[in-house]
Amino acid sequence: MKSWLAQHRAALTNALQRLWSAPLNTLLTLLVIGIALTLPAAGYVLLDNLRVLGNSASGTQQISIFLQLDAGKKEAADIEARLKQANLGNWRFVPREEALKRLQGSEGMAEIVASLPRNPLPDAFIVEPRDKAPESLETLRQQFSTWPKVAHVQLDSAWVRRFDAFLKLGKLAVSLLAAVFAAGLIAVTFNTIRLQVLSNAAEIEVARLIGATDAFIRRPFQYFGALQGLFGGLLAAVLVALGLKLLSGPVAELAALYGGKFALAGPGPLDITLLAGLGALLGWLGAQLSVALSLRQLD
Amino acid sequence: MIVASNLTKRYPGGFEALKGVSFEIAAGDLVFITGHSGAGKTTLVKLIAAIERPTSGSLVVNGQNLSALRPSAIPYLRRNFGLVFQDQKLLFDRSVLDNVLLPLQIVGLPQREATRRAQAALDKVGLLEREKANPIALSGGEQQRLAIARAVVNRPSVLLADEPTGNLDSASADAILEIFRAFHQVGVTVLISTHDPHWIERNRPRVLNLDHGKLT
Repeated sequence: MKSWLAQHRAALTNALQRLWSAPLNTLLTLLVIGIALTLPAAGYVLLDNLRVLGNSASGTQQISIFLQLDAGKKEAADIEARLKQANLGNWRFVPREEALKRLQGSEGMAEIVASLPRNPLPDAFIVEPRDKAPESLETLRQQFSTWPKVAHVQLDSAWVRRFDAFLKLGKLAVSLLAAVFAAGLIAVTFNTIRLQVLSNAAEIEVARLIGATDAFIRRPFQYFGALQGLFGGLLAAVLVALGLKLLSGPVAELAALYGGKFALAGPGPLDITLLAGLGALLGWLGAQLSVALSLRQLD
Repeated sequence: MIVASNLTKRYPGGFEALKGVSFEIAAGDLVFITGHSGAGKTTLVKLIAAIERPTSGSLVVNGQNLSALRPSAIPYLRRNFGLVFQDQKLLFDRSVLDNVLLPLQIVGLPQREATRRAQAALDKVGLLEREKANPIALSGGEQQRLAIARAVVNRPSVLLADEPTGNLDSASADAILEIFRAFHQVGVTVLISTHDPHWIERNRPRVLNLDHGKLT
């Protein structure tokens, strides 16, 4: 156990020394890894922000129930009772007179409304369900349209569904991007480790002759790859945070123009840990592949 | 300790470096392998250290049949040996002390204990005051003594040296061979290949003489 720890500490020290001893190479490799991880990471952070934005834009996720024109007070009361029973969230009744009044209030509509022989608008209910998932909204829409004296049910959240589909597509695109860049990261590590192994061929030969196991020889390279990935991941987190900081001003301005308030959320501690951990894992994997292949070549 | 029977090594291309060699070396022996250049001395050392595998015949070291040894067991076998090579195989990217530390790092000895033992080994070959130097700055004889320090630092039961005095003047060569004899005197099995007859004539150790791959 003690010797196992000593060996791992020695391998880690060795890897750190190697990173430190060629600062320019290390810096360039870290930049490559960092940038490769930045693109998918930034994609995820942006999608996450869009998701938050989509959720916060509530009030537009409404279902409007229009009654038939011949529906009277009794039918309206019946619908009201059903809504009360279903207990879905907030809802309010818009009588046809009120709807007409509102239409009259709209700019340029007063004359048109005045020219109408009678009120063409139906009574309506506007429901804001608590459950805003697109699927359940759709279910509700179908349920409402089976109720008596209901002429038309309109889901005002069609854009929410489109937005949701867009988010799903974005997520897929970012995942594909992440897979491509992960492969790139493995390739970069593979190459740097390969050069390391070849430039340390003498040491490897001697170590083998005096009883080093393959695990002993592999270890410093594995640490090297993992550390490179780890630092690359941290660099990517810094780059993403920096980019968001640069974007946050214009985004707030844009939100203000739309009469809203919105601040971009940066990568949290969990995201940073995940990014660094993922980088380390991919780096380790690249190192493992590279060292196995390179050692076989040295034989 | 080392038992060879009918040991044959044929290289790709058909050259037979060893032709049916049989011998036995007991623990604690001091044995010289002599012979002309190309007689098979280096091949024999490489077979014993499991650097190469015999084509036929059997070679048993420490009770382990090397022909049947799994590759993963080879490192542990080698830890029983102190190997000294004709070309020393020193590492010039680190200090004298770090060269001697390598075998101890391989077995995972804690740093402090390893340093203490490496310094003791350097002291035995008279290089302690050069511990911080780079091996490139050492003379040929000093480099060979450094290689010996690295070979013995792990307290191996067998010292195996291939032409350790090959490129040295006779005074340096004698000094090297005296170091080997000192290890033999404290119970280490020592096996040295050489074509240098002077020391052998004076000290009359046991000799395995190879001639074109055969023992004579």
